[in-house]
Amino acid sequence: MDIPYTVQARPDTGLTNGKIAIWLFLASEVMLFGALFASYILIRTGAPSWPRGDTILNVPLATFNTIVLISSSVTMVMAWASLMRNRFGTFRIYMGATILLGGVFLVVKYFEYSHKFHDDLFPRTNNFLAIYFTLTGLHMLHVLGGMAVNAYLWGPGAKLWKTNPEWFRNRVEHSGLFWHFVDLVWIFLFPTLYLL
Amino acid sequence: MTTDHAADIDRHVRVYITVFIALMVLTIVTVAISRFHLPVHIAVTIALLVAIVKGSLVAGYFMHLVSEKKLIYAVLLVTVAFFIALMALPVLTVHNGYWIH
Repeated sequence: MDIPYTVQARPDTGLTNGKIAIWLFLASEVMLFGALFASYILIRTGAPSWPRGDTILNVPLATFNTIVLISSSVTMVMAWASLMRNRFGTFRIYMGATILLGGVFLVVKYFEYSHKFHDDLFPRTNNFLAIYFTLTGLHMLHVLGGMAVNAYLWGPGAKLWKTNPEWFRNRVEHSGLFWHFVDLVWIFLFPTLYLL
Repeated sequence: MTTDHAADIDRHVRVYITVFIALMVLTIVTVAISRFHLPVHIAVTIALLVAIVKGSLVAGYFMHLVSEKKLIYAVLLVTVAFFIALMALPVLTVHNGYWIH
């Protein structure tokens, strides 16, 4: 099967199909998280009282997670840059680091969540926790999804480098765009939920 | 993109490292400001401003938006317009409009 415009730019758009597709998908994701943010704003402004995030949530852990995710964004873009420099070995190292840092993020979230559950704090307990678990839970699923794609590109998907390196580079770039978006969402989630 | 020479990629990498440092500093700033326990509306404004700067750095340099094609800008313009509408709607339903008390 010949998938068109994976490497060549389409003459009418000036871009590869994959590039447009991933940006359109990210636009839809902005609406998804935006809808939840808007819900958060509505619930919070309508509530008689609202706790400060740092009175319930673990700010040091979340700050650490913020640093982890930002670092993973750097390793992700360095993975792509390594492919641009034709350094496949270096790509594998940076991509591996990206996946690893994603894993660290998930482990920290596991500890955060289990600590909450241990203290009898569940989504059903109050509105603050409901929106906290929903927003961070959905974000966590996106981290998992991004890690899955990155793992494929690190592992079995890397075969494509031998037969069509430019197509593989584009795939890594597009996966990177999704990963940066996941980081971007957290950059807004962290102060909103934990610090305000 | 594939016609980038080694020197171009080197320049890109230097930008990535600079942006990384900036993001780290801004993260520390975000947490530090929160310790001042400012009034909610000021705290929200500052937090959002810092987040927007951080987000712009990620979007502009890691996602290469500073050098993207017009079509992508057009898609994102529509996205931003609808996102603003999405944020404004709940704010406008409270007190019959945020700025009317």
